[in-house]
Formats: sequence, C-alpha cells, structure tokens
Amino acid sequence: MKRVELIDLSKSYDKQIDVISGINVTIEPGEFFVLVGPSGCGKSTMLRMIAGLEEITSGTLKIGDKVANGLPPNKRELSMVFQNYALYPHLTVQQNIAFGLDVKKVKKPVQQKRAEDVAEMLGLTEFLQRKPRELSGGQRQRVALARAIVSESPICLMDEPLSNLDAKLRAHMRMEIRRIQRTLGITMIYVTHDQVEAMTMGDRIMILHEGKIQQVGKPIDIYNNPANPFVATFIGSPPMNLASAKNDSVSSTLLIGDTWHLALPANENYSHPSSELIAGIRPEHLRPATKDTPEADKFYVEVTNVEVLGNETVFSFELGGNEWMAKWSGQWHIDSGDRIPILIDTGSLCIFEADTGELIKKPTDLGNFVFGKEVLL
Amino acid sequence: MNTHVKPGIWRRTGNARTAFLYLLPSVILFSVFVFYPMFRTIYLSFFLTNQNGEAALHVGFENFAYLLESSAFLNSMKATVLFVLYTVPIGIIIALFFALLANEKLKGIGFFRTVYSSTMGISVAASSVIWLFLFHPSVGVFNRVLSVLNFPQIQWLLDPEWALISVSISTIWMNTGFSFLILLGGLQNIDEHLYESSRIDGAGYFYRLRRITIPMLSPTLFFIITISLINAFQSFGQIDILTKGGPSQSTNLIVYSIYREAFINYQFGTASAQAVILFIIILIVTILQFKFGERKVHYQ
Repeated sequence: MKRVELIDLSKSYDKQIDVISGINVTIEPGEFFVLVGPSGCGKSTMLRMIAGLEEITSGTLKIGDKVANGLPPNKRELSMVFQNYALYPHLTVQQNIAFGLDVKKVKKPVQQKRAEDVAEMLGLTEFLQRKPRELSGGQRQRVALARAIVSESPICLMDEPLSNLDAKLRAHMRMEIRRIQRTLGITMIYVTHDQVEAMTMGDRIMILHEGKIQQVGKPIDIYNNPANPFVATFIGSPPMNLASAKNDSVSSTLLIGDTWHLALPANENYSHPSSELIAGIRPEHLRPATKDTPEADKFYVEVTNVEVLGNETVFSFELGGNEWMAKWSGQWHIDSGDRIPILIDTGSLCIFEADTGELIKKPTDLGNFVFGKEVLL
Repeated sequence: MNTHVKPGIWRRTGNARTAFLYLLPSVILFSVFVFYPMFRTIYLSFFLTNQNGEAALHVGFENFAYLLESSAFLNSMKATVLFVLYTVPIGIIIALFFALLANEKLKGIGFFRTVYSSTMGISVAASSVIWLFLFHPSVGVFNRVLSVLNFPQIQWLLDPEWALISVSISTIWMNTGFSFLILLGGLQNIDEHLYESSRIDGAGYFYRLRRITIPMLSPTLFFIITISLINAFQSFGQIDILTKGGPSQSTNLIVYSIYREAFINYQFGTASAQAVILFIIILIVTILQFKFGERKVHYQ
C-alpha cells in the first residue's frame, strides 16, 4: 500500500526524440491503476521505468515518499508479472514461487509455507512439483501471479499478463486478479492494450498515445466524456462514430459529414474561430426512428453491413466518407442495402475542435443507459 | 463379396520409396566417406598387411593383444588421457568466462566478440606455426618474458616434462574460439525477462549465474563438452607440427600414433586396431557422458 508519483517523467533512447514525455500522475495507495494504449505508445516502457528496469531520462519518480529514480529494482519493494510470465523453466512451480524468497534469504521452512499458502489461494497446490512446461497457459499465468503475490510487496506491476490466454480464461482471470488485488489491498499498476480489461479492472485508467497522456480518470467518466477524438475511438466497442462537422450559426444547424443538417436547440451554438469541428456519437445513441417520429427528425441511412449478436444488433452505414456503426438492443431483421430511418439527439453528441482535438461539448443526455441502484429497490 | 482389395506392394511402399529418394544423397555421401572407411578399418584390424596396405594374413585378435601389451601404445594412451584432462575442462572454463564477459551489453562489445571467436578462423597448421615461434627456446616470446622476469628458461617443446603441457596450451588457445562462439550463442538464447524478474527479486550476479545462467546453459554446455572431448581425443595437426610426437614419445597422442604406425611403419593392421580402440573409447566416454551428464541438463 504505497503511493507512486510520477512527476514530469520522460524517456528518450537517443537523447533527441522523447518516446514518453510530460507524464504527471499520482497513483494512490491500494488503487488499481491501468495504463492503456495502442502498441508502441510507451506504456510498457513506463512500467519498466517504475520497476527500475529502464532508466528515467528526466523527471521524478516517487515510491511512497522516497524519490526512487536511482534505486535498483529490488529496493523499490515491488513485484512484477511479465507478459511471457518469465518462469524459470528448470525449476518446479514451488521453486519458481519461492525464488524471490530464496534470494532474500528467507528460511527454507518459511519459504515452503508461504509458497504453499499462495499456491492454495490460486489453486496450484497439485502442480507444485511440476515444471512450467508441463502446465497449461492458464496455470503458468497463475504461477507468475503467485510469484508476485508471495513477495508481499506493497506494489505490483503487471505487463499485459492476460494477452496470451484465450478469451474465456481471460475474462475469468480479469475477475480473479481484481479480487486478489482487493483482498490484499496492494497498489496495482497494470499495462494492457485491451480496452475491455482497462474498463473492467481499473479504478482509474490512463490512456497513452505516442508517449503522451491523453486522459486520466475513472473508466466510466472517460467513456462518457472522452477528452479527444483518439480517446473516443480507443475506448468503447464498437468505437464512437466520428465525422467532420460545421456549425451554421445563421440557421442554427450543425452540418455533420456534409450530409446531415442537425437542428440545434436555440441556446446552443458552437461557433468557433476555425469553425472546423468533429462530431462524435456512441453507436448505442443512434436510435431507431419510430412511426411517431416527425419526418423532419429522421435521417435515412443505407445499411452496408449487419451483425446480429443475439442480444443486440450492430449495423454499419457510410457517412461523409467514414463508416459509422449503430448498436441497437434486440434482434433486428435488417439486411444490407436497406434504407432505414434513425434518430440523433443533440444531447448525446460529443463535439471536438478539429485542430486541437479538444472536447467542446460533453454529451448531456446519455439516454436510457445510466441507472442508479434505486431502480432495483 | 469382399470388395476391399489390398493394394499391391508397389503402391503400399510408395511413401517409403519417396523417402529413400530424398535420403539418397546423404546415404551415398555417408557410405563413401564414413561407412566404407569404418568397416574397412575394422576389417583391416584383424589382418597383417603388406606394403600396399592390403590384407595379407588373418591374425584374429592378435593385433589387439599385441597393442595392449605394448608399452609404446600404453604410453600413448596415457598421454592422450592427460591431454584430454588438460585441455577440455580448462578450455571450456576459459571459453565460458569469455562468453559471459562478451554477453554483457556494453559499447564496442562486438569488437571483443570478434576477437574472442577469431581463433576459429585460423587453421590448425597456421596457429601451430605461430605457437612454434612463441615456444622457441631462444627467440620465443615466452622465454624472453621469463628472462626479463629473471626466471629460469623452459625448453617448452623439447623438455619431456613440459612438451605435453605446451601442446595443451596451444590447443586450448585454438579451441577457445569455437567453444566461445557456441556458449555465447547459448547465453544469448536465454530469455532476458528471467534476468529482469530476478533483478526485481534482488538476485546478485553470482546468484543469477548459479541459479539461472548455468542451468539454462546446460544443454549448450553438454553439447560443447561432448564435442570438445571428441576433438581432444582426435587432435593431430598441432602434434605433427609442434613436436612430431616427441620428445621421447611424451606427446605421441593416439591419432598421431595411428598415423605413424600406418604411414611411416606401414603397419596398417595394428594402426587399424588402434583406430578401433580409439573409436571404442570415444564411444564409451560419450555414452557415459549421456548417461550421467544428461541428468543435470535442463532442456526447454
């Protein structure tokens, strides 16, 4: 349970180009903090800098209240799970788990006791005498996890620990890692490229792109109010639909993708010096138009592809050169080539400034997608 | 009616014939250069031969009986065993030491990797000539250094006490390049993450060496020990150039002894018998090594 503080951290390999720059974030004690971003965004490098495996070019790293920039990895009181698990192939599961304790000269009986306790917690008891190559991918992953837990370090770092597992096991391990982290109360810093893992596991997530922080916050806040078009498309599946937009202040309409004229409420106006905007809307906010909908509010789209997923239907269409997707709950019998009317609420629109990518209008109406516990009682 | 007709033998062996066709080039090469000479040697070891090396008189196991009683052969066996003991362990330890050094990620390490492996590129003959000069009693570098330091001069290749050691030193030098290269390859194959993980646990250099590097390198070490042993038993070139088996037979290793017996004394029968004994010794050593050494090897 220690705080990790990154102050103006940057990393450069050739002293010219920063692969990571301007990282300022405080990870609270006991927090599950997720670093997420596409491959090559610098998230693993950042984790390795925290671990002490990679040097910090400039800035300050604080672990607890101590500056940790120059500390060797073992003095930082952390454990790490690697993407390929880094199990020692010549040692048994028991020896693998106890390796770190042996290094720290913990007495043999204590080593064994602690290794057995952790193994039991993770359901590895019957595999203790096996070699890693005799285990399945999921069991190896557990051994790697056990090795991190047994050290009882207050901070645990994980570098894409689930990426080598199949989808079903991954979903299961997501919950299990989260449960262990809560039980032990450790500070977790978790790197992933999978936005589902980030959304489901993190107390807070940080989205990185090209070595820069895009947004830090609670998963649901990031989903609802993405700071820029990159975050909007990175988080959420299918991603948020984006199209270029222009604000016509005379007729008080928003021209989306050069085809749709969306009437704006009288008090809203997004006139901006450049007037080049990007409009975004989540696929679930594109709603079906009904018979009662006034004809003027309907937008007709030509369906290009349909995916019926059982409980929901995703279909795509083209708008201003972009592929847009809509997600409706239920099974809809739509065929590609159909022209169907849809509805857009101005309330659920996100509007970004085109040059800077800055969010200038948050969605105010999240439709029927937000519920409180009161509904259930 | 049974409609199932067994296909003819020609069709059933289709795969086997194709496979044999693929094997044919190696079968021919091995037959001409390995199997034929091997069986010919075994055959000749049971005969006395004439001047042309043709089998003349069948003597059964008498060649072997003669060898096992001959003091010259037993002396040559002893020299060979000593030579193997001098060269193999020291050679591998030195190569491992260099490989560990050259495996560090430092600036300009490529230069050292090239230098350490460069003896591989020098022929035995060329390097033997170099060592001949180094060992020279009056103008050789070694004796010069000894005289500067006021130590007594050593007759490196001429003193029966020193000749085998001198030959061993030059052999270690020659073989280091190859062992170094193989061991360095083995070290580079070890997953870097294992070291990173152990660094997070706080393992020091020697702890990592003992618990990660050596076990992970054991298949490579096993391979290089086997190859070095076989090579040491078969050393010939450096003996021929440096000492010609002398002085007073002290460096008459078994392969050199075979050569002398066959091509100087024209005793192809006893030479073949020696070759067969050498073959059996190498076979036994290798089998023993596989039986006892392989237990300590961790394959991935």
